Amino acid sequence: MKIVRDTWLVYSRQMGLVLRQPVWVFVMLIQPLYYLVLFGPLLQNMPTKQMGFEYGAMETFVPGLVIMMAMFGTLFAGFGLIAEIREGVIERMRVTPVSRLALLLGRSLRDVSTLVFQAVVLVLLSGVIAGLTINWTGLGLMLLIVLAIGLGMSAASYGLAMMLKSEDAMAPLLNTITQPVLLLSGIMLPLTVAPDWLRTLALFNPFAYAVNAARALFNGDLSNPVIWQAGALLAALAALLVFWSGRKFARSAS
Amino acid sequence: MLIETAGLRKTYRSRQKKEEVEAVRGVDLSVKEGEIFGFLGPNGAGKTTTLRMLSTLLEPTSGTARVGGFDLLRQPTQVRRTVGYVGQSGGTWGEVTAREELVMQGRLYEMPKAECRTRAEEVIKAFELDEFADRKIKGYSGGQRRRLDVALGTVHRPKLLFLDEPTTGLDPQSRAHMWDEVRQLRERGTSVFLTTHYLDEADALCDRLAIIDNGEIVVDGTPLELKRQIAGDIVEIGIGNSRDEAVRMLSDMSFVREVEPGDPDPAGVVILRLYVEDGSAAVPDILRTLDAADIKPLSIELHRPSLDDVFLKQTGRSLRESAA
Repeated sequence: MKIVRDTWLVYSRQMGLVLRQPVWVFVMLIQPLYYLVLFGPLLQNMPTKQMGFEYGAMETFVPGLVIMMAMFGTLFAGFGLIAEIREGVIERMRVTPVSRLALLLGRSLRDVSTLVFQAVVLVLLSGVIAGLTINWTGLGLMLLIVLAIGLGMSAASYGLAMMLKSEDAMAPLLNTITQPVLLLSGIMLPLTVAPDWLRTLALFNPFAYAVNAARALFNGDLSNPVIWQAGALLAALAALLVFWSGRKFARSAS
Repeated sequence: MLIETAGLRKTYRSRQKKEEVEAVRGVDLSVKEGEIFGFLGPNGAGKTTTLRMLSTLLEPTSGTARVGGFDLLRQPTQVRRTVGYVGQSGGTWGEVTAREELVMQGRLYEMPKAECRTRAEEVIKAFELDEFADRKIKGYSGGQRRRLDVALGTVHRPKLLFLDEPTTGLDPQSRAHMWDEVRQLRERGTSVFLTTHYLDEADALCDRLAIIDNGEIVVDGTPLELKRQIAGDIVEIGIGNSRDEAVRMLSDMSFVREVEPGDPDPAGVVILRLYVEDGSAAVPDILRTLDAADIKPLSIELHRPSLDDVFLKQTGRSLRESAA
């Protein structure tokens, strides 16, 4: 099918470009590592059971970090697209018969590939640094959640990039949206100790579900209902964002 | 007919000002196979917008077109397979080599992998990119990059190639090179639709051209036909004072068909454009007549009609000034 062939074409070119300068893949990995190494130890000495860390300090913190990395890892992919738009590369490709959706999917799948790689490295390093045992089944399922988040965020970022076409417009927008979402996800401290009104707000945040699901999976609690809830929500969100973003690639008003 | 349009229109609605900008107002044109067709006009005339509509990059607000035998609005994918498009600023990524971009281009046009590589080699030779084809594009000069842009547009052997301002910003040598390459494209069976605001380019390259201004086609034909519309020569006289008297006297002269006074420049000098039958014979008579009335011309210029004169006649403005 043309869409599959075209997506593979765009994907392999984008991956090729990444492999040429892999330094960025590791730079993006350092962010969560800072939290792990410089914040994590604080949790070791706190009364975490009372603070709602049901699985233990690091066992609750690390999966949250992975979700944080998933949320932000691909969110800024749009900036790269803005550079490509400016160079005229996107315009050149849109004149060819290549599928418009493939232009988006190929790039998003590239982002997701590097994200999953980073997530695995982060988990392995956390295992070593914090002395955690890794539940491999749980990890595998958690990577699916990471994949869904990464796909959605990457698509959203590209869609915004196609709309705004300017770093100056995009940066403030992204920063304004991401801060509250991050804080309402319970990544740094679980929301179980939050006041009721805060927890109600979090009920509307799909990423809060993702964090809870990640915590359950990471610690082998595979029958926890929050897992399929998160999966369904994130899959729907990803599909919606890919659809919306794909349309931006198809029609251009200027 | 390679291209046929009817009432092609593009209107932008500006978000802030809530007013409409009509970039292209009902363009009707046709382009034949095997010709180099040109759009000549000042910046902002709607040339690029029209080109982008015809190459499927931009949706027309209204109007229809057939490009390469396909309906532009209903069969965009087929149109894309038949045409090539080279934008004003090109579209290459600095971190890869020309060869890689050429192969990728072939793949985007659904050519099988092996064929892409042989075709890339062919194109490299045809456009003389051999020396630097395997170096990263960010190191290319402006002229080299432009050659690559055009080369990329031809990888899939399109029937028609759109070139938007192909020589803008190039040094004279690269320009001459580009003109040769455009002619060669026609020799090899690719029709070309180019836009330009350079008169000499339109004159030298185009088999047929359309002059476009403010989103509308003002006049079209071969360069020769257009210039013949202004039969005779043009004499331009700079007058400082006694302007009205000079105009009256010159209009009375039998071989002067028309006198058009221009606007005064900062020093108060007005250029009178005279359309005369035979310039070289007219000039001595003109000077004698003015001298008899004690009017001293500050400058005098004689030339055969150029496309700028065609533009000026049709729109009342000089293309040269508009392009500044």
